[in-house]
Amino acid sequence: MKTVTLVAAATIFAAAAAPAFAADDTITIGFTGSRTGPLNVDSTGQERGYDFWRDEVNAKGGIDVGGKKYKVKFVSYDDQSVGGRVQQLYTRLINQDKAQFLFGPYSSGLVAAAAVISEQYGKIMVDSGGAEEKPFELGNKGLFMVITSASHYLSGAVEALKSKNPHAKVAMVYSDDPFSKTVLAATKEQAKKAGLDVVLDESYAPSTTDFGPIVNKIISSNADAFLGGGHYSDGATLARQMHDQKANMKWISILVAPADDKFAELGDAAAGVTVPSQWELQVNYKPDFGPTTAEFAKAFEAKFKHKADYHAASGYAAGVVLEKAIEKAGSLDPKKVTDALNATDFTTFFGHIKFATDPGHHGLQTEHSMVLAQWQKAKDGKLARQVVWPKAAQSADLIYPINAAAMH
Amino acid sequence: MYGILASIVDGVLVGLVYGLAAMGLTLIWGVMDVINLTHGAMIVAGMFALFLIVQAFGVSPYLALPPVLIGGFFAGVLLYWIAVHRMVGRPPLMSLLSTFSVNLVLIGIGTAVWGTALFNVNVSLPGLTVGRYTFPGGHIVAAVLAIVIAAALYAFLHYTRMGKAVRAVANNREAAELVGVPTTRMLAISVGIGVALAGVSGVLIGTLFPFTVLSGDTYELKGFVVTVLGGLGNPVGALLGGVALGLLEGLVAPFAPVSWTLIIEFALFVVVLVAFPTGIFASRRGSL
Repeated sequence: MKTVTLVAAATIFAAAAAPAFAADDTITIGFTGSRTGPLNVDSTGQERGYDFWRDEVNAKGGIDVGGKKYKVKFVSYDDQSVGGRVQQLYTRLINQDKAQFLFGPYSSGLVAAAAVISEQYGKIMVDSGGAEEKPFELGNKGLFMVITSASHYLSGAVEALKSKNPHAKVAMVYSDDPFSKTVLAATKEQAKKAGLDVVLDESYAPSTTDFGPIVNKIISSNADAFLGGGHYSDGATLARQMHDQKANMKWISILVAPADDKFAELGDAAAGVTVPSQWELQVNYKPDFGPTTAEFAKAFEAKFKHKADYHAASGYAAGVVLEKAIEKAGSLDPKKVTDALNATDFTTFFGHIKFATDPGHHGLQTEHSMVLAQWQKAKDGKLARQVVWPKAAQSADLIYPINAAAMH
Repeated sequence: MYGILASIVDGVLVGLVYGLAAMGLTLIWGVMDVINLTHGAMIVAGMFALFLIVQAFGVSPYLALPPVLIGGFFAGVLLYWIAVHRMVGRPPLMSLLSTFSVNLVLIGIGTAVWGTALFNVNVSLPGLTVGRYTFPGGHIVAAVLAIVIAAALYAFLHYTRMGKAVRAVANNREAAELVGVPTTRMLAISVGIGVALAGVSGVLIGTLFPFTVLSGDTYELKGFVVTVLGGLGNPVGALLGGVALGLLEGLVAPFAPVSWTLIIEFALFVVVLVAFPTGIFASRRGSL
């Protein structure tokens, strides 16, 4: 009897351990996506970016590691937009699914949670959806961020606003999640330095559904410019309620939400709203290799029946960065790949990518830069995002003030 | 100063809708001592019915109210037979669990079909502008409709034979049975009305704010606070409780950071539960 149990146990063990042996010509990459919950919209874009990259690599035959081609296999789960889930799932990805490399989840809070696990197990995690700097200041060794970090998100908006109105009265209202708080804390300093007058500085719970009292507060503060928001749901609701309650802002910059095409569903409430963006369809970097912006945008839309946004582009960039590092290392050894990642220095259609290597900021993005996009009405009345800042990258003139009749 | 006034008025407008959202919850509780945890899901169902009707027919959002009212009623009767009938009169935990399970099923289906992305229904009604502050037209219409629907419910409960029968069942089911009231049918009808109210309030909330499949939780939670303020099992008190909650939200905002609103709200919830266990606006427990 005892032997039977023993054999059964051994079989189960062998079955559980099987994935580790089965995958000798594939590279397994693990990640979680927020397929449900408040981060769903933005996270979906990022996941599409990952998928697009995987399919592209596999169509070429895989990643070249020292002359042998490895196909890319994904293992992923729904983290339900919850930090606690992320830690369970990344542990599972590493221990049970034997993921060799990791991509980040979406949003700063979730990336910070996942990074604790990835570092514990000495795994490399490429982050394209969490912009907060803090996890990169803790001496983490395998964490790399391909996007511009949080404290630079609204610096373009501050510059652009200053160029139009050096004495703007700014209301800052933002979600009290780690990402938004980091962005707005840095923005406040930048705004003060630029001579702008910050008349309201307030955060709200990410679950807020009625922004009516907040909008009244913005009006009472006599502000004429708005900087803030958080992620999709709250940002879009804020934009709509500022419009419904005629807050009459001359300038509105909202984080993240307006970077999604869904934002146009708000109609007139979307017009004139600006958003800091990691990437737009109009940016035109000259890639060292791979597709140009136009090629990527076209292939992406053909595949997903959905326009590429910056979350998709940054997700794709995460894949490319990892791919190039593995090829350069010629090995799947995490240490060699980390060294290759540290030496990353190239431009794709997403922009220039290079990582900080000093221990105090290891893995932070140093070269990639953001643009400011604005929702503008075309002649046919349709809303579209145009790049309005920096001037060198403009695809349309910046509209200011946005409450003027000129918008309609 | 005007800012505070504006916040208060806006709070009352939105509060009336919160009150309507809580009315169905408190009605079912009053009639059969069942806390209907599908309430949030039913509110969300109303929101999505609104979205689908507006998208499909391009009609005014308010035309979604009649079909949701009727559909909600039948959905409620169905819910009664599926998840409530056998639980009436048993320990409250039983009905909590059974309605919670149905809630999970409904939310799960909703998530599978629509995901958890944000949906938005634009309402283009001229607002009322006073000085720099504007009360959106949608808020005013929703508040007025909430009062109308609440008044209709009051009239139904007090002036119709069937309404009186519902109240009789709420007061004393055995006595009602003895005088020939078909109590089971009345219970089913009460759940039907409760769910219809949830659906209708979902439509109205959907005209005010963008929503997701998961939005119901927020309003169900507010529903509990409103119910406690207004008195358990007292639908008209619920409307007043809603106004109180809206007022509170409007009043807190100008003086404290808005992230404090929830803390103050639920602190009040505890205080009211301790100091006025039957609610501030309650007359007598069990008298609908």
